[in-house]
Amino acid sequence: MSYFFQLVVSGIVVGSIYALSALGFVLIYKSSRVLNIAHGQIIAAGAFITYALTVMVGIPIYFSFFISMVITFFLAMSVERIFLRRLIGEPIISVIMVTIGLMSIIDGLIYLTPFGTENFSFPSFLPTTPISVGGVSISWTQMVGVLVTFAMIGGFTWFFKKSTIGISMRAVSDDQLAAMSIGISVPRVFGLAWAMAGLSAAAAGGILGNITGINFDTLHSFGIVVFPVVILGGLDSILGAVVAGIIMGLIQQFASGYLDGNWGLSGTGEIMPYVILLVILLFKPHGLFGIHEIERV
Amino acid sequence: MTHLTVSDVTLTFGGLNALTRVNISIEPGIITSIIGPNGAGKTSLLNCVSGFYHPTVGKIHYGKRNLTHASPHQISTMGIARAFQNLELFRGLSVLDNLLLARHQNLKYSIFHAVIFFGKASRMEAENRAYVEKVIDFMELEPYRKKMVGNLSYGVQKRVEVARALTLEPKLLLLDEPMAGMNIEEKEDIVRFILDLKKEWGITIVLVEHDLGVVMDISDQIYVLDFGEVIGSGKPHEVASNPKVIDAYIGEE
Repeated sequence: MSYFFQLVVSGIVVGSIYALSALGFVLIYKSSRVLNIAHGQIIAAGAFITYALTVMVGIPIYFSFFISMVITFFLAMSVERIFLRRLIGEPIISVIMVTIGLMSIIDGLIYLTPFGTENFSFPSFLPTTPISVGGVSISWTQMVGVLVTFAMIGGFTWFFKKSTIGISMRAVSDDQLAAMSIGISVPRVFGLAWAMAGLSAAAAGGILGNITGINFDTLHSFGIVVFPVVILGGLDSILGAVVAGIIMGLIQQFASGYLDGNWGLSGTGEIMPYVILLVILLFKPHGLFGIHEIERV
Repeated sequence: MTHLTVSDVTLTFGGLNALTRVNISIEPGIITSIIGPNGAGKTSLLNCVSGFYHPTVGKIHYGKRNLTHASPHQISTMGIARAFQNLELFRGLSVLDNLLLARHQNLKYSIFHAVIFFGKASRMEAENRAYVEKVIDFMELEPYRKKMVGNLSYGVQKRVEVARALTLEPKLLLLDEPMAGMNIEEKEDIVRFILDLKKEWGITIVLVEHDLGVVMDISDQIYVLDFGEVIGSGKPHEVASNPKVIDAYIGEE
């Protein structure tokens, strides 16, 4: 039984990071209907900046974590301003091609730095003996990572429910014409959505880097992993991203915990999320929380 | 009192003229209707005035301000508000939130202000609430205040649309077919609202409407568009007897 709970705990750890990674992706899609293919690269960049500030500059990790969020906030905002602003109103496929181009450019830039090929790991700043309760153990890094993730998700939820800026962002995703007619500057909201996506990506990258180590391939592959998560959650639902992230984390851990090694199976943790995704989409084609649009004229 | 003047406006989409040298002058304090067959360019004209389209040629002035190249969110701060033909509401928000949001955009205060001048921000918040409640009261939306807009009936949604425009405290209100698809009673309600807005609120109204009975009854001034051109204008009885207008509506013999 403790094996089961161990899997639940590690599922929630992995899942909450999926959720935080997916959050930024959903933010951009929700406000501007753009699929940001380069999201994984921003996550990786966030991890690298945090690492560089902590180890190379020598700033305490809590501060560098925060500073890297600020940097990616402005970085993502300028990406929107420079590359995507002029594409408003263009066919969606051109916009997606631009984000693919963006992915290649960031990839290229990162390969110019040591981060592209080498592995690093954060110095441990937390106790190294894991927390153990009744046979279930979780490392301090994971524990803090999960807590920070949930705090961030909570913060974002509050922001969208209560703050005027958050509500105007929801308004833009709901109806752009109406938003403009009541005085919301839609381009500014797009910029803000990118900025907040950058911020959440850096947070995800920083936490992930602490748990898995700094490896470019691992980090930017999170940009791919968010796809099944956001599709399961419904592309435009923040709640969906969170719930689906945790579901995916749990499925992955259960699959590799119970299926691998039996009947000659291995690597099921990679495949099962997609299998379950296909099954769920058969019954809920718009994802768990996606909006099914009905046009009334 | 501010005049809206549309001078010599031409709007072209890829070689096709949606509007051709349109001249319109909207006098303050009255109801001006814009009528015409489908595709005559009525909505295009409203889109030009509210900043969603920009004229290819020509100028639009509101008082002394040049609106020709202003963006919709700039225009919304100049006292011009608009209700759309097809419902453009925030379906995921409640009626109250739809209106409060419009109000918040109009009176800008930042998070910074909210923290530093807490008293001022909360007083403004209270004033916003009071104004929104006044609008809700006027548009008879009390029963639906907390309801999600997407779940309301069509007629009520149309009223929310007008109410949202009103929360911007406009001097000039652009109404694009506010009565489309309504039954007689609902239409009578809207007519009553429009007349009260003119009389009690002193708002200048531009009305695009297909129901000619209503238009002839309540308009002070009418412009008739056909194929993007103004083919007639004047008081209701003048327009009704204009042979060009009769041709456009009924066809030549």
